[in-house]
Amino acid sequence: MRLLPFRRRTSKFQRSGISAVDLADEASAGLFARPGRMVLTVSGTVIGIAALVATLGLARTTGNRILGRFDELAATEIFITTQTAADGTTQEWLPWDAPERMQRLNGVVAAGSLTSVDTNGALISTSPISDPTSQTEFELPVQAASPGLFKAVRANLATGRFLDGGNSVRADRMAVLGSGAAIRLGITSVAQMPALRIGDDVYLIVGILDTVARQQDLMGAVIIPEGTARADYGVTSPELVVVETQIGAAALIAQQTPLALRPDNVAALKVASPPEPKRVKDAVVNDLNTLFLLLGGVSLLVGAIGIANVTLVSVIERTSEIGLRRAIGATRTHIAAQFLLESTAMGFIGGIVGASLGSIVVVVVAAVQGWTPVLDPMTPLLAPIGGAVIGLVSGTYPAMRATRMEPVMALRSGG
Amino acid sequence: MRDGSSAPVVSLSNVSRVYPTDPPVRALIDVDLSIESGDWLAIEGPSGSGKSTLLNVMGCLDRQTEGTYRFEGVDVADLNDRERAGLRSRRIGFIFQSFHLLRHRSVLENVMMAEVYRHQSRRGRSERAMAALDRVELTHRADFLPTRLSGGEQQRVAIARALLGSPGLLLSDEPTGNLDSTTSGRILDLLDGLHDEGLTIVMITHDSEVAKRARRRVHIRDGRLEEAS
Repeated sequence: MRLLPFRRRTSKFQRSGISAVDLADEASAGLFARPGRMVLTVSGTVIGIAALVATLGLARTTGNRILGRFDELAATEIFITTQTAADGTTQEWLPWDAPERMQRLNGVVAAGSLTSVDTNGALISTSPISDPTSQTEFELPVQAASPGLFKAVRANLATGRFLDGGNSVRADRMAVLGSGAAIRLGITSVAQMPALRIGDDVYLIVGILDTVARQQDLMGAVIIPEGTARADYGVTSPELVVVETQIGAAALIAQQTPLALRPDNVAALKVASPPEPKRVKDAVVNDLNTLFLLLGGVSLLVGAIGIANVTLVSVIERTSEIGLRRAIGATRTHIAAQFLLESTAMGFIGGIVGASLGSIVVVVVAAVQGWTPVLDPMTPLLAPIGGAVIGLVSGTYPAMRATRMEPVMALRSGG
Repeated sequence: MRDGSSAPVVSLSNVSRVYPTDPPVRALIDVDLSIESGDWLAIEGPSGSGKSTLLNVMGCLDRQTEGTYRFEGVDVADLNDRERAGLRSRRIGFIFQSFHLLRHRSVLENVMMAEVYRHQSRRGRSERAMAALDRVELTHRADFLPTRLSGGEQQRVAIARALLGSPGLLLSDEPTGNLDSTTSGRILDLLDGLHDEGLTIVMITHDSEVAKRARRRVHIRDGRLEEAS
């Protein structure tokens, strides 16, 4: 009399089964029993996946490279003017506090307004004495600037100082000279507090510009405070607002500008923002890419056949193992699952290695060419899945062969 | 319904196995055999006599074409494939002439494999395998690859694998067929000892010297079984 040590279900025996961990263990043991062979088997899939990933990546990379040199200055400037009517006259206006309003937008580094002043033909001179041997009176453009303009055009001083907010509020008769204008007027220093006359009005020269990055015509102009221009010449509206933005912010700020400055009439303004950097968009589909994709596909096919072939050989070699597994409780399904898992794992490993190699190729080529490597994140993620599918499909026939093996015959073979 | 604990381990009645070739081969003809718990039975017969077919039917690796086979009181014809596989895994230990050890896995791993298809927790598996190796006195070889062991040692590893999980029946197919006489003697001594511990053993062999070691002998010739006196 002995009690049976297993659970009985309606007088039947407990079914056989294998846990996922055990199945994975058996499959990996089967794979790594012959590591050299596995490497060779997987290499076809590796080459195929690598070729596909590299081709797709290089197509994206060349397609995204920026044509020409990236112009930081041009990419960060916005010029705002009013719309002109068809006959060239301006009906619209910019608010005087446009620079302050722009400054409040996130991403604006500096903003300033600029207006050319109509002096009614008044000439500019630095000396009240008429010297008949040389020209003492000049016809120079006069520009009215808000205090923020100097930063917005990236002006550098040769000497003196810029005009500040106080000068504008008090409508001080002060001027900053562009370097060209200073040369024509014969001014080299502001140490002796030189002055100039516009018509009959005397302006104290407080500074001389050395360079400006934008609005080069300022170099030949006399620049006076905006408040002064409004008081003395009756200027009614700023002509131009110059804005410097942070890199990458220009397009967004240009979009926000009309609403910030003219919420009453967004169509009143003309906003000139830098164009998007030009990219090569047409290079994605060309003959070379098609060729490489074709090659990648062919090597994947060869890789799949390789996996199928080696798995089939392995099934025949492992006939006695299959018989033993059947004897110790494996069903046909368990045998098929193990061989399918082995071939799928080979494809998966091939996909991972191939995607890594392909990505490295893209990075190296981009580095050599000085491009930015661009790779669709889905490509390296999908590659192992693709490899696994190839392995699964390749393993189907060998796995079917393995299940058809009769354990009786399988056990009789030596081993 | 019969109580499994009181039934014979193996009960064959009028079992036949016909291979559907042309002409049909009748490998087993009307075999009646009952094996009680604790038996040690040798099935003797020349090659081609049908003894392997009988072993395969008893091991649920093959199905009889006629007759009834009850294992521990259960008619195996009522079992589906997964249940028959479960029966093999849990209730029957197999020993083969060519050992059937996996070459790339250690002795311990080979023994542990016996539990793989029982959907059993891995906890304690290696301890159980070590205990089985201890019964065949091979614990010192646990980490070796089978290829480094002698034939006798390999067969002892196979016996340890068959013993894992205390099967109700040990089926051995020419267990000494690949071994020299001294080593054969040791393997048979080991089986003797297992029988003394209460294990039910069935051994098929063509060698009457080997068959002598069993407590009970039957002959099979041309598919027909006859009890030796």
